[in-house]
Parts: sequence; structure tokens; C-alpha cells
Amino acid sequence: MSTTKTELKEEIPADVLKKIKPAKWVDTPLVLNKRNFHWVTEKICGIVEQKTPTWWWWCFITAMCIASFTGLGLVYLVSTGVGVWGNNNPVNWGWAIVNFVFWIGIGHAGTLISAILCLLKQKWRTSINRASEAMTVFAVMCAGIFPLFHVGRVWFAWWLFPLPNANAIWPQFRSPLEWDVFAVSTYFTVSILFWYMGMIPDLAVLRDRAKETWRKYLYGVFAMGWRNANNHWRNFEMAYLLLAGLSTPLVLSVHTIVSFDFAVANLPGWHTTIFPPYFVAGAIFSGFGMVLTLLLPLRAIFGLHDLITQKHIDNMCKIILATGSMVGYAYSMEFFIAWYGANSYEGFAFINRAFGNYWWAYWIMISCNVICPQLFWFKKIKDNIPLVWIISIFVNVGMWFERFVIANTTLSRDFLPSSWGYYSPTVVDIFTFFGTFGFFSILFLLFLRFLPLMPMAEVKSVMPQADPHGGKH
Amino acid sequence: MDIKYGLSASFNSAKDLYDAAGKVREEGYKEWECYTPIPVHGLDAQMGVGRSKVPCFTLIGGITGFCTGMLIVWYMNSFDYPLIVGGKPYFSPIFPFPVFYELTILFAAFGTLFGMFFLNRLPRHNHPVFEHPSFGRTGDDKYMIVIEIEDPKFDEEETKNFLKDVGGKSITLIRETIE
Repeated sequence: MSTTKTELKEEIPADVLKKIKPAKWVDTPLVLNKRNFHWVTEKICGIVEQKTPTWWWWCFITAMCIASFTGLGLVYLVSTGVGVWGNNNPVNWGWAIVNFVFWIGIGHAGTLISAILCLLKQKWRTSINRASEAMTVFAVMCAGIFPLFHVGRVWFAWWLFPLPNANAIWPQFRSPLEWDVFAVSTYFTVSILFWYMGMIPDLAVLRDRAKETWRKYLYGVFAMGWRNANNHWRNFEMAYLLLAGLSTPLVLSVHTIVSFDFAVANLPGWHTTIFPPYFVAGAIFSGFGMVLTLLLPLRAIFGLHDLITQKHIDNMCKIILATGSMVGYAYSMEFFIAWYGANSYEGFAFINRAFGNYWWAYWIMISCNVICPQLFWFKKIKDNIPLVWIISIFVNVGMWFERFVIANTTLSRDFLPSSWGYYSPTVVDIFTFFGTFGFFSILFLLFLRFLPLMPMAEVKSVMPQADPHGGKH
Repeated sequence: MDIKYGLSASFNSAKDLYDAAGKVREEGYKEWECYTPIPVHGLDAQMGVGRSKVPCFTLIGGITGFCTGMLIVWYMNSFDYPLIVGGKPYFSPIFPFPVFYELTILFAAFGTLFGMFFLNRLPRHNHPVFEHPSFGRTGDDKYMIVIEIEDPKFDEEETKNFLKDVGGKSITLIRETIE
């Protein structure tokens, strides 16, 4: 690089250079304040090794209280029957599918950051990928609760898997809901594998630093005897790249298949080919919203400003802006096709969406998902961290309403007005969903307490000290 | 009783280690290893080791997953308990696409992870290099080269001097205690 720069300067005469005043290329470093490797190790291991902070206990207790709502809701549901939810005829899906798609969607940003951005060699991903992957795993756990209990008799949920049972029948593989079983369980498993494998070198660092026996033992067991050897790194890097390559088509397929739950049905408003890409964009949009919601407070609490820099926040805002615009485009395209397709049922479904019985949900969705992220065009807003955080919350809210609008407006207005209905959630619905935020928080707080928040080796490898060629490459 | 394992030399920067690794290879050592806190770019070529074999395991996993997916759908919906759904054929490679697609990825991912463990000979919780007093620093900010006693060219004095010449600091003889 340095040679080409001098060559250019020699080619351009000095007076011309003066006249055109070429802009200086500012290469913002990914780790600020010229930190060294040791600082990174101390910072990230310090979070795990310090005494449990008081705020952590307060958050943990609050999260436990919130999670107990899910517990209550589910115990009541299992002991009484699935009828305690607000699901009715014709709205048989209700909040269960809405919450399922909401949580699954959140997970997708984690895989996007760890897999797709890895393949695209986006080095800024390194400081945010571990926490986002953790978010993915925990969000999928929350998502799984809803279809699991929606089957009604949860103790028979294992019939969904192709296992021999006393009825001697097998699953029906033409059903998108069965595809979902495969997609979501694969997604969960592969996300855990990817997350765990990336953590092995960091667990080894924690093992080598550990003073207490239990730490030495537990981190030792999970570090698998990793010893930082180049031969280990060689296979590790290859495996990491391959898992990134496998996770990329996986994450795209998971939300595609989730959208098939709707798109394969012959219902107006659902039966559209735009669903897969539109769902994937929406998932990434909501996931990045959640990443910002989680990481901005962590950055402030743990003082991670040198690792999660303004550049990282800018990039995430830009992705939210891009995917938010894609989602907005999909909303308008749905309307266009409904009109252009000249199918009166389809046309009605969309007019009903915007101005019918659930108009309020539709307009919450539009303002949160389409209008709100457009604020990220402005640098002043991206630089204002509290504001970015508030917008990220709006994104989460908007995406929940998107799924609500899709599922409920269509179902509540069936083909025949005689079967029209209106859906409202019951207290049990609200309890169960509210509690999942507590469940998610419990898992995330435990992650913060016991596992390295950032992949140390990856953060170090994007620092200038990692370059063995002295900048001449 | 002590068993000698090898000589270690530490380095302070990736560049020093990179240059030294090239010299160790040129000197003709075979049984040696670099320990680094990060995967150092280009170190494989410098050490003269080839490409990782992990992709073979991924491929085997992927093929197994694909066949498993096809097989279960054919066996369950067409052979063991034929299901009539919408008057369609009992089996076709098209409709269960999501099933074998996901299983291909699932098995390939397992193949990748276990392939990585197998090739790295992990888990192995005991290794002589762990006996090095400051081994932990190789996960932090120090780099280390260890030449094993097994190496045909190994000679305690000569190797020590050689490691000093290539810029290694605090040359240590790693011993493994056997009880």
C-alpha cells in the first residue's frame, strides 16, 4: 500500500496536488487507544474473573421473577389445556406463532454476524460476534417453547421427530410444520456447535489463568486441552470457515422455512412468493435491533468503548437501515401485487390489514419498522447512543407487530364472513410471552458471568500487532 | 522421575516468531511447534505444513446427512407406512427438500467439529507443554517455539544456541514429571 501511495504522489505534479487537495484516507482502527494484546485479555477475562457485581444480582433476581411468569403460564396451560390461550376459530395460531417467529427472527442476526460477515471478511464483527451468537442460542430456546406447547399435549411433542412410536405411524414430510422441526432443531444445534467451537481457545485462556480449582476443572474440561499450537489453529481456522460456510445457507433456509408455514397455505395475504426473502430481511433487521439493545448497555457497564467503537455502532445502524428499507419495500410490494394480481380476496386481505379490524397493529408496525430506522440516515442520530438504543427497542416492537399483523389479520377474516372472528390474547398468553424475556435474560446474564463475552483471539487478530509482515503485505 | 520433552524459546511479537519459524524450518527440524495467542497469518507456509484436512470430514458428514434425509423420507412415507397426501407420489426427491437439506448441514457441521477435534488429537488434557512455567502467556500476548527432543537433529546445546540465534528469549528445557 505504502509504495502505491508514493508512486501516485510522484506522478501528480505538486501544484495540481495543491489545487485538488486530495482527501486523506482515515483508516479507523477496530480497537481504539492503541491497546495491546494483554489489555484485551485482562479486559475480557476480567469480566468473568471479577467478583459478581451487585447489579448483576439485581438483574438476575428480576429476570428470575419475570421468567416465573412463563413458568406459571405453562403450568396452568399443561394442567388445564391449550384452550386457556386466546386461540379460537378461525384464529387458531394466535400469539404462539407470533412469539415463535419473533424469537427465531432475533436469533438470525447472531448467525449473520458470525457466519455471513465472516465469509465477507468484515473484520468489525469480531468484537460483537460472541455475544450475538449467545443471543441466537438463547432466542431459539425461547422460540421453541411456543410451538412445543401449542401442540396441546406437550408430552407427545416427540412425535414430531421421526422416531418409532406405539401408533406405528411416521411424520408426514410434506408439511411445512414438519420442515420447521428439522430447520429449527438443526439451527439450534449448529448454532451451539459454532458458538462452542469459537469459544474453545478462549476457554483455554480462562483455564490457564484460573486460580480456583473448580474454575481450572470446568474451563479445563470444556477447553478440551487446547494448547494454542499452530497445528491446532490451522485446523480450527479451517473448521471455523467451514462452519461459517454451512451456517450461511442454514440461516437463510431457517427463516425461509418459517415463512413456508405461512406461504404454503392457500390463504390470501400468506400465499406469496415474496415471503422467504422478506422474512429473512425482517429477521436480520429484528436481530440487529436486539444486538444493539443488548450491547449498548454492556458497553457502558463494562467500559468496552475501545472494543465496541462508534464504527461498530454505525455499521449496525446501517444494516438496520438497509434491512428496514427492504422490509418497507416488501410491505409496499405486497400491496402492489395484491392490486396487480386482480384477486379480490387478496385485495381485500391487504385493505383489511391497513384499515380493518387490526389497523392499529398495522400502523404500529409501519411506524416502527419503516419510518423509525430511516432516522439512521443522519450521523447525529447514529452518534447519539441513548437514541440508538431507543430506536433499537422500537425495531423489536415493530417486528413483533409484523408477525402479529401477518398471522392475525389473515386468519380473523376468512373467505366467508360467517367464519370471521377477532382474536385477543388471554392473561395466560401475556404471562407466557412476558416471561420469556426473563428466561432470555437469565441465560444471557449467566453467559456474561461465566463465559468470555468476546472472542479474544479474533479481536487480537484484527489488531495491528497481529500482523507478522510488518505492514508490508 | 523427569522426562525431557523439548526446548522452548519465547518471542514478543508475531513478526519475530514468523521470522524465527522460517529459520527453524530451513535448519531442517521436523518435530517442532509454534504456540501463539492468535492464528498468525502465513505461519503454516512458513512452518512448511500443508492445508488442513478438516474439509474431508465435512464432506463425509454432508454426504451422510443427505443420504440419511433421503432414506428416512423414503422409508417412512413410502415404504414402511405409505402415506397418501393429495394423491401425490409416495416419494419424490422434491417435496422433502428441506428435510435432507437441513440434515446435510447438520451432519456436515458435526463432521467439521469432530474432524477438528480428531485432527488436533483433542481432547487431551495432559500435555508436556503445560508444564512450562509461563505457558499461559501464549494464550495472552507471548509467542513460543518448542523443538522436541524427539527431533533427529535435536541436541541440547546446539539447539539452545540455535534458538538464541534466531531471536528466542528465555530458552527453557521443558520437563514432564512422571510419578
